Amino acid sequence: MNPVNYLYLAALLFTIGAAGVLIRRNAIVVFMCVELMLNACNLAFVAFSRMHGNLDGQIIAFFTMVVAAAEVVVGLAIIVSLFRARHSASVDDASLMKL
Amino acid sequence: MSAITLAASATSTGEAVQFWILGTVAVVGALCTILMRKAVHSALCLAATMIILAVFYLANGAYFLGVVQIIVYTGAIMMLFLFVVMLVGVTAADSLKETLKGQRWWAAACALGFGILLAAGIGNASLTTFNGLGVANAGGNVEGIARRIFTTYVFAFEITGALLITAAVGAMVLTHRERTERARTQRELSQQRVRDGKQVPPLPAPGVYARHNAVDVAGLLPDGTPADLTVMDTLRKHGQIRDVSSEALEDLKALERRSRERLGRDRDEEEASR
Repeated sequence: MNPVNYLYLAALLFTIGAAGVLIRRNAIVVFMCVELMLNACNLAFVAFSRMHGNLDGQIIAFFTMVVAAAEVVVGLAIIVSLFRARHSASVDDASLMKL
Repeated sequence: MSAITLAASATSTGEAVQFWILGTVAVVGALCTILMRKAVHSALCLAATMIILAVFYLANGAYFLGVVQIIVYTGAIMMLFLFVVMLVGVTAADSLKETLKGQRWWAAACALGFGILLAAGIGNASLTTFNGLGVANAGGNVEGIARRIFTTYVFAFEITGALLITAAVGAMVLTHRERTERARTQRELSQQRVRDGKQVPPLPAPGVYARHNAVDVAGLLPDGTPADLTVMDTLRKHGQIRDVSSEALEDLKALERRSRERLGRDRDEEEASR
């Protein structure tokens, strides 16, 4: 098997995640789709690391994981405070600044 | 060369089989994540996809990342997601009402085009080199990563430490609510009740049947209609009151029918024996 297949799988997962961000309304599910996109990028990084024979790709993937953890904490805190204010987790309801 | 380093530098048939089976499951899990209506189901499907990605990391020679993926992503992050789903309400399903006309189809078309672009880009790239991690992993994967993190990437590592602290403090600030007024005492609350004259005695308890004493089942008034007052305020706001009055009537009807059948049969048997 050609290891480029891992890249194709990563591209497919990234595309599915992007479609989910566009389609879904529930803020939590949108956030999960963002996580899916980050994971797909990590898979691509790991596959690149193996192709080029050095560990730099794995280190970038590791940093992506750390940043994703920080992002999830802040994002979920925002969702919880939004839910407290509006009693809904739908991204359509957060339209206070719309004209 | 040991078996592990060999496996990390060449794709075997076993890895191809693993890729095609687990890759299919990963894509199905990702599709279920965006297609399931309830957020809990989406979270579980995403957790499955993440575990499979961890297996792929291990197969690609990233042993440290594979373990970290399971511990951090499926262990910590997905559990955080599930906690927030519980806070926001498990039963809250996505609305199917479209606020923008044809938004779903446009989104699907955009995603399709984007996917084709990505695939074409990968297909056109000259990815002929395939060195494998045999040499890089020779001194151990964890040791190699540690050496790089604490030499080349040490500043990035320290900045991520600052980022994590900031994120933790930020989450606490965002979810913390300062009490702006003094909490009312029990005496003041009781005086308020008497002054309003609306509900002076304590509120009635929910669930009047022996088989339904759950808090989300409303107690019944004498005429059989459910009394919303008996269910607590939070559940009432979420609209999570369960109405079992018709269920109970159905049960009673079924019981009567069964007893009638039984009695009728008993009478038949008596007549037959006579």
